[in-house]
Amino acid sequence: MPADQPSASPHHGSLQTVAGKRKTPIVTNDSDHIVTASAARIFADLADPQTVNRLNNGSWKGPFWLALADAGLPLAWVPEQLGGAGATLAEGFAVLGVAGRFAVAVPLAETLLAGWLLARAEVAAPNGPMTVAPSRPADRIIFDKDGTLSGSAIGIPFASEARHIAVLAHGDERVVVALVAASDCTIGKGQTLAGDSSNVVCFERVKPLRYARAPLDLDHTALMLMGSVSRSVQTAGALESILSLSVSYANERVAFERPIGKFQAIQHNLARLAGETAAALAVSGSAANTMTQSDSFDEAAFLEGASAKIRCAEAATHGAGIAHQVFGAIGFTKEHILHRFTLRMLAWRDDFGSESYWAAELGRHVGRRGADEFWPMVASR
Amino acid sequence: MSTTLQFDQIRLPGECDALRQEVRTFLSEEIAKGTFDPYRPGHGDSHDRDFSKRVGAKGWIGMTWPKKYGGQERSFLERYVVTEEFRVANAPVRSHFVADRQSGPILLKYAPEHIKANILPRICQGELCFVIGMSEPGSGSDLFAAKTKATKVDKGWCINGSKIWTSNANIADYMIALFRTSLLTNANRRHGLTQFLVDMKTRGIKVNPIYQMSGQQDFNEVVFEDAFVPDDHVLGEIDGAWKQATSELAYERSGPERFLETFYLMLELIRATGSEPDTRSAEGLGRLAAQLHTLRRMSVSVAGMLQAGKEPVVEAAIVKDLGTVWEQNLPNRVRELTAFLAPEIANRVTLEEQLAFATTIAPKLTIQGGTTEILRGIIARGLGLR
Repeated sequence: MPADQPSASPHHGSLQTVAGKRKTPIVTNDSDHIVTASAARIFADLADPQTVNRLNNGSWKGPFWLALADAGLPLAWVPEQLGGAGATLAEGFAVLGVAGRFAVAVPLAETLLAGWLLARAEVAAPNGPMTVAPSRPADRIIFDKDGTLSGSAIGIPFASEARHIAVLAHGDERVVVALVAASDCTIGKGQTLAGDSSNVVCFERVKPLRYARAPLDLDHTALMLMGSVSRSVQTAGALESILSLSVSYANERVAFERPIGKFQAIQHNLARLAGETAAALAVSGSAANTMTQSDSFDEAAFLEGASAKIRCAEAATHGAGIAHQVFGAIGFTKEHILHRFTLRMLAWRDDFGSESYWAAELGRHVGRRGADEFWPMVASR
Repeated sequence: MSTTLQFDQIRLPGECDALRQEVRTFLSEEIAKGTFDPYRPGHGDSHDRDFSKRVGAKGWIGMTWPKKYGGQERSFLERYVVTEEFRVANAPVRSHFVADRQSGPILLKYAPEHIKANILPRICQGELCFVIGMSEPGSGSDLFAAKTKATKVDKGWCINGSKIWTSNANIADYMIALFRTSLLTNANRRHGLTQFLVDMKTRGIKVNPIYQMSGQQDFNEVVFEDAFVPDDHVLGEIDGAWKQATSELAYERSGPERFLETFYLMLELIRATGSEPDTRSAEGLGRLAAQLHTLRRMSVSVAGMLQAGKEPVVEAAIVKDLGTVWEQNLPNRVRELTAFLAPEIANRVTLEEQLAFATTIAPKLTIQGGTTEILRGIIARGLGLR
């Protein structure tokens, strides 16, 4: 699919320009706003859910990716000296929120994450779509003494559409971050609930294009947390759109001689959907903010990241159910765009650790810390 | 959609850390000297005037109010810290909490100067207990059906009728009540109610206790028979109380007391499942922890937005809806998660006592201060459905 080289045309509001002025990761709503406005314009112009749904093929993906690359969005989390746009974490998360609102079906989040992973080990990032491995908590890739990668990882999002894969691999005494060409790996068939590719990737003595030792705090859990927060932010965005679509539909659709939104049963269901959306927005925003404020993956990052994935996945489950109930049969059709949001966010539940996985991890942590430490931990956030 | 949901990322500022430590030290000293037992919520009397006076002496009642009325001019986020620490410790705040949360702010906004100067400092010192007089036998969630009547007489108003479900009326010094001063109109059925400050010692007021299914008694019926309220006790606009109510409700709805009412069960659950919980217990515990963290982040965010002068009315209603449903479901979640534990767990007795108590008070949590149905109506209106 997408083009490898970003074109030089400067017509989209350039993230490079915005981010290049700032050297320290200070969050301001203004810069978030400029970045998200620029992202939203590209999404609306080239990946409008209605248009994409009608096309029913991938023809929109090439021009769309080109525009994203032009604006520096895929490598937003890569510093300029490593080939990226050098945006802040906050700006990248803000873009992911907008991407969720458009149910964007290209590896934008995955490329952001891959770029982030590479950058943490100071490995230069290539252009073109990337993904990250592993993306499930139980998978491990081995870094052998001869400098090759072995092992397999399931459910790697967009692996079959990615040109490169950023890999977190475990050696005898060290963790490394490696960049590999997707063509050097064996990539299986597979897709998510939403029809996006999601593949088993086998590494059979794959020689990385380049690699470096990971910083000490960057371990498997850190990657799963960063992925989880990204998915949570996307989920909250998808829920915002689902709520907006559902409210509009309830105000338009007439049954029993009035708009169904006038019925109290429907109003209360939509109020519950607003509650789930609010919870997802608040907890994912809080987790993203935590990642932005701190460079290390400490207890705060764990509590915030795990909680965001748990609560956003629960919100996805409840929210999808309520929205489909409001729409009735029309929302169950391929023609309608509702499924673009609901199925995607339901699929995201399983990436980088499901809500059950993180709940068990968090519960064990709470148990280890003991009852007396529980409230201080909650109150510290 | 007319409303975009917004939760600003508010963190409690650094000055809150020292305050939190100070509050925790105070509470542990009170526990040590036997003022209350944090493990036994609902046992004994949850109102304790002497305790409230000691809290007042610390400057933790009315702490956001102007200094000239006895307040400390501290932020809503600092008040948030005090409120959540008291709630988590199960401290007996009953006799000052209503005045601190909503009665004081109403007086600040609408009472004449001499009344503010007289009453607010005494609230701050923990000396006064307030009640809310809204519900009536024929008017609960439907506030505007209130019939208790205030008739204009020389130098004041004559009150006849009754209020019901008034928590704390048996111990209170003052009530802030809604009375009907005019008939509602066809154009506006919210018209005709006025807010009054009522001294509970006024002749013609009778308080009859109503016992609750939990074994507690804080409900009361308050009967007014030709009770006289002077003119200067009118709060705000005559016939226009409905305009005053809505903005204050955001404060009432979004505080930590809206999801921490059964919090003690979380701690007993952690004690019961131990330092190495099995997978089932761990998953259940982790979900509850994540849900609680989410609610608190939402609640802190609303407090911060209020402090910044915003009006997060829909967000506040959502916090109360999600928060009260969560604290209401908690007893049964804890019951399920402890179902297979060995009978000899160390905290069995405390856990069972707390479960029994929390289960009996659970039904009220989604009723008091605006039912779930009322809240969802407010949210629906904010979404543009009404």
